[in-house]
Amino acid sequence: MALGRTYSIALVGLNGYIVEVEADIGQTLPAFILLGLPDASLNEAKERIRSAAKNSGIPLSRRKITANLIPASLPKRGSGFDLAVTMAVLRAANDIKPTGKTVFIAELGLDGRLRPVRGILPAVMASVQAGYSDIVVAHANLAEAALVPGANVRGYHTLARLALDFGADPQELALDFEPDDSQLPADEEEDDGICPDMADVSGQGDARRALEVAAAGAHHLLLMGPPGAGKTMLAERLPGLLPDLADHEAMEVTAIHSLCGLPSSSARLLRRPPFESPHHSATAAAIIGGGSGLPRPGAASRAHRGVLFLDEAPEYERRVLDALRQPLESGELVIHRSAGTAAYPARFQLVLAANPCPCGKASGKGLDCTCTPMMRRRYLARMSGPLLDRVDIQLQVDRVSLAEFGQGGAEENTASVADRVRNARGRQLERLQPFGLETNAQVPGRVLRGELRLPAASTRILDHSLERGVLTARGYDRVLRLAWTMADLGHRERPDVNDIGQALGLRQAAAVAA
Amino acid sequence: MKSKDLLGRRGEDLATDYLESLGMLVVERNWRCTEGEIDIVALDGDALVIAEVKTRRSLDYGHPFEAVGPEKLARLHRLGSAWCRDRELRMPLRRVDVIAVLDDGGGEPVVEHLKGVG
Repeated sequence: MALGRTYSIALVGLNGYIVEVEADIGQTLPAFILLGLPDASLNEAKERIRSAAKNSGIPLSRRKITANLIPASLPKRGSGFDLAVTMAVLRAANDIKPTGKTVFIAELGLDGRLRPVRGILPAVMASVQAGYSDIVVAHANLAEAALVPGANVRGYHTLARLALDFGADPQELALDFEPDDSQLPADEEEDDGICPDMADVSGQGDARRALEVAAAGAHHLLLMGPPGAGKTMLAERLPGLLPDLADHEAMEVTAIHSLCGLPSSSARLLRRPPFESPHHSATAAAIIGGGSGLPRPGAASRAHRGVLFLDEAPEYERRVLDALRQPLESGELVIHRSAGTAAYPARFQLVLAANPCPCGKASGKGLDCTCTPMMRRRYLARMSGPLLDRVDIQLQVDRVSLAEFGQGGAEENTASVADRVRNARGRQLERLQPFGLETNAQVPGRVLRGELRLPAASTRILDHSLERGVLTARGYDRVLRLAWTMADLGHRERPDVNDIGQALGLRQAAAVAA
Repeated sequence: MKSKDLLGRRGEDLATDYLESLGMLVVERNWRCTEGEIDIVALDGDALVIAEVKTRRSLDYGHPFEAVGPEKLARLHRLGSAWCRDRELRMPLRRVDVIAVLDDGGGEPVVEHLKGVG
């Protein structure tokens, strides 16, 4: 028998596909040929495999080895195929027993140890989905792979141990080699959000309230104000207010981070909403995702189910900001590159912070501001109308007054605000589940003005504004969404006049949005 | 004669015996021209066999087969044509074989044979 067959997984974005690895040993001069659209790092696998097998005591055949990755049309990258190719070659040489439907995902070290690869979580998910539930990974990936329900995962330290379990001759194997994984990045304990506390924010009653509403209804948020008002401080505290991720959400988030991060043994489900705060010099590819070959996820996808915070929003390239409109609408990013198309989820909560003008002093009466009216308009116009259209809460944040600043320590902390938020989310879910929605921010106008229509008495103030042209139709819907969140926070069945009034108040910066 | 040459010589002797044991007719050994040397020229039925012999004491520096790269193979094919021209023979069936001899000085040397490579 000179043909070996094993299985592995190729990731295209977050989607994994089963890859069949065939190995054939031909009776001719020694060579190692790898077919099936391998990239550079995969082609290097030949050298890694040869050394690893030799140092594990099971040298590869001294003949012409041809390994083929099927389907050939699927671009394959990375070192995760090392193990599957090795096992196929060993099987072709009859060094081991058939491996059946087992899927192998690991990189090989020259010494024969199995090294972890990134993206193991989405790979294992895809494998189980495709009906291949027996999976072998590097020991350092075991914890992460085992997060997938229904997967029968085995982790090994060395190729020799693995070959032994598949029936290789124990006399030959280098079994006394036991590498330690201690040089791998250790478990990061603080990872699960030591999120800064709300209690640190002095004063800013309106902004605190706005933050709470944003968290409760998953509304996008714009904070506008002079430097030093605490915009960044507030935004950084938003993730702490959000409820823990549900199982399926946590899976998605962990899968994305598994794909981006370096492999580490700190594998557990990310339960806290992520917070991404890219610098304003970021390119579209950095935010949206991209890169050569197969596109990788960007900041927007890393912020999936969490918060994407763009500080100094007008300083971003307009192109970059506008690229966010699509994911804000669909919750997904589809990126095309030469080697293929990848779809990454990107359902994030957007928080924008902006100075009112280039010098930053045009708040209040703006007496110190040195900017011309034209400069101010240009500055804010960089955040395009269509983008701001999707931002429900647009709030003016002013400098903290001395009176507020003095009474430090009396402020409410994150835990108690988060409690109210969790409560409000529960009420929303109950109400919106029949529509297939989860948060107020997602409710379309049709539903707001249909099934969830409020009595005319409550909406009079809005109708009036609409009539006078102060409020656009879209603005009308936005106020309604906010009002529902207000009601949820206040344990009211439906928004009353007061809630609507407050919701209107949260759009003080309406001048920007027009 | 140096010891490495002696080893090579012994390998070639072994290979010759081996080919003859397969029923081949060894025509010539160590034929040289400006382009290089053919270790063994043999006839296997109608086919002309250009055989390259590689002898090693151990596998420390790789398997003998690994010492025959694509360049060397191409040269062996050219040498085959050169031999035919030299002898004014027309041999349409022609192939290159590689024979590996592993001789650690101890027990029986191991002979491996690849037919019709490259």
